Amino acid sequence: MIGLGQFLEVLIGGLMSGVLYSLVALGFVLIFKASGVFNFAQGAMVLLAGLALVRSLDLLVAWGFPLWVAIIFGISFAAVIMVITAWLIERLVIGPLVNQDGLTLFMSTIGVTFILEGAAQMIFGSDAYPLRLFPTDVWLLFEDLFPGGILVNKLDVWGGFIAGILVAGLAIFFERTKTGRALRAVADDHLAAQSVGIPISWIWFVVWLAAGLVALVAATVWGTKLGVQFSITFLALKALPVLIIGGLTSVPGAIVGGLIVGAGEKIAEVFLGSYIGGGIEYWFAYVLALAVLLVRPQGLFGERIIERI
Amino acid sequence: MLYREAGQFKTTYAEDMAIFPIRQDRMAIAILLGIAFIGVPLLADFDIWPFGSDYLLRAILLPFLILALAAIGVNILVGYCGQISLGSGAFMAIGAYSAYKLGTGVHIPLAWLGFAISIPPLPVLLAILLGGLTAASAGILFGVPSLRIKGLYLAVATLAAQFFFDWVFLRVSWFTNYAPSGSVNAPTLDFFGLNVGTPIERYLLCLIFVTVFAVLAKNLVRGNLGRQWMAIRDMDIAAELIGIRPLYAKLTAFAVSSFIIGVAGALWAFVYLGSWEPLAFSIDRSLQLLFMVIIGGLGSIMGAFVGAAFILILPILLNRIPSELGVPLSTETITHLEFIIFGSLICYLLIKEPHGFARLISLGKEKLRLWPFPY
Repeated sequence: MIGLGQFLEVLIGGLMSGVLYSLVALGFVLIFKASGVFNFAQGAMVLLAGLALVRSLDLLVAWGFPLWVAIIFGISFAAVIMVITAWLIERLVIGPLVNQDGLTLFMSTIGVTFILEGAAQMIFGSDAYPLRLFPTDVWLLFEDLFPGGILVNKLDVWGGFIAGILVAGLAIFFERTKTGRALRAVADDHLAAQSVGIPISWIWFVVWLAAGLVALVAATVWGTKLGVQFSITFLALKALPVLIIGGLTSVPGAIVGGLIVGAGEKIAEVFLGSYIGGGIEYWFAYVLALAVLLVRPQGLFGERIIERI
Repeated sequence: MLYREAGQFKTTYAEDMAIFPIRQDRMAIAILLGIAFIGVPLLADFDIWPFGSDYLLRAILLPFLILALAAIGVNILVGYCGQISLGSGAFMAIGAYSAYKLGTGVHIPLAWLGFAISIPPLPVLLAILLGGLTAASAGILFGVPSLRIKGLYLAVATLAAQFFFDWVFLRVSWFTNYAPSGSVNAPTLDFFGLNVGTPIERYLLCLIFVTVFAVLAKNLVRGNLGRQWMAIRDMDIAAELIGIRPLYAKLTAFAVSSFIIGVAGALWAFVYLGSWEPLAFSIDRSLQLLFMVIIGGLGSIMGAFVGAAFILILPILLNRIPSELGVPLSTETITHLEFIIFGSLICYLLIKEPHGFARLISLGKEKLRLWPFPY
């Protein structure tokens, strides 16, 4: 018999890993909102940022710098790498493909994925590198309430905290700053935005940069959880159902979608998986997304899709 | 001078509606088929390089033919009907596993009803075709969401099919006849008492399948059904307004496409791999097929072949170039370089010719017709 305590533990664990999915999904949403590009390369960007960070960190520590200096320089280095990446992608791929249809752009981001994966591993190495930025030990909560208490990983709490800050920051950026307003204008209508003097290629560079920095943040948390390694790119695929559930154009949607997917798949795995063979975590999120699509094609928070002839 | 239809008069409707109305096209196709059906086996028989070695047949021509067949299937769905699918790998897997089950005998114990359904092992040809049919019915099932959603949303929905079937074939050991390792072996390939074993026989078998299905597909997309698909692709609401039923058009596209992909999957497993695991039909396979279709050209049967050749042969070439040039590189670096070059080429092609090789071919034909004048 499964008690309330265990249920809560599974639920909290699921919610927390859902926050991590949201971190990846956020990058998708940013780019989709501003340029209509379905960015498959987000997972590869997380890998690139993570590898840049962890390798420079290891190097600086090996040279004898104190840890906090190493962390600051490592993060700055990774950020610079993401700036260069964003600039190159906008210049070489997305810029020339302006006005192509969504499928072509989507395929081009898969091409970018190959380039980034190859380049990142060639420059920074292709092993699994452990990253220790956040504590990974556990708390025991409510020990007097439930037998055995509830296990909560500190890293998950950190992840939730960071995601919260990130969303707040992005919300302020979108609503309050001039660039943010320009971003929303471009998202609404490229041509109209251009005609009132918004430089589109600059805006797209900013968007890819923002997505790159979100990828860096995601890399710090995921890297601490799993180690920085190639399999981190598969996160991109896990973020897709999160997006669909939350809605492709909604930042809060990415968070809520992540929470639903995270909690849903953990609960399904623990309470349902034992009946039908286990491992249903693997596809549960996608089937959930499929169900949401059938009821609400635009996702929970997406803008209603209106079509005109 | 050579490629010009001047003087070729058409006096019947049948001539006017032929697949290849221009004589030069007919000759080109005839020569191509002649080389494929007679030339390659002869060259292999006389042991002439490079056809004498098994390598070319086994590692390049065989996968090329089968993946081209699958690409035709994907092209019907993505290129002609405009429904993006990332689940092609799953439909290949369905074709492969159901053909495997039918080829080795199906036994479904229905204990609570007191009896069991048993089907004796079917002939391989029948098993492969029925495998395609099973894939087609799964395709219809997963095509239902396309009636409500479209574009990239649909792509994610088809991902659900991909991951769900990956899991099913990995976890439900009934499909693998309870093989402890999860890998299964294809039954012996007997076609009407003829055992297909050597590489050249396998090659010819696949060639027959590909030719038959390519002709069928080409004729389907030229006909009423194909035009309905294209109308749906170009603008579904407008198509609905002029009386095309989206339900019928979309679901037939899913069914036909999944059927072809399923047959290709069964061939891939039976003829090319021989023994396989669910990993052979992962999401990478789906993406590879989508690439073939897009690089080759959406909405073109010829393009599927060109795309398949490009996507399949490019990595093999890239892999060999450093060692041929004598550049000492570790295999790891070569793999990463391959990734980078492959990705760059794809981006380059998409930027230079978003409509794929098929567009280049038709542009070339146009130029040839007017040659030596520019217009």
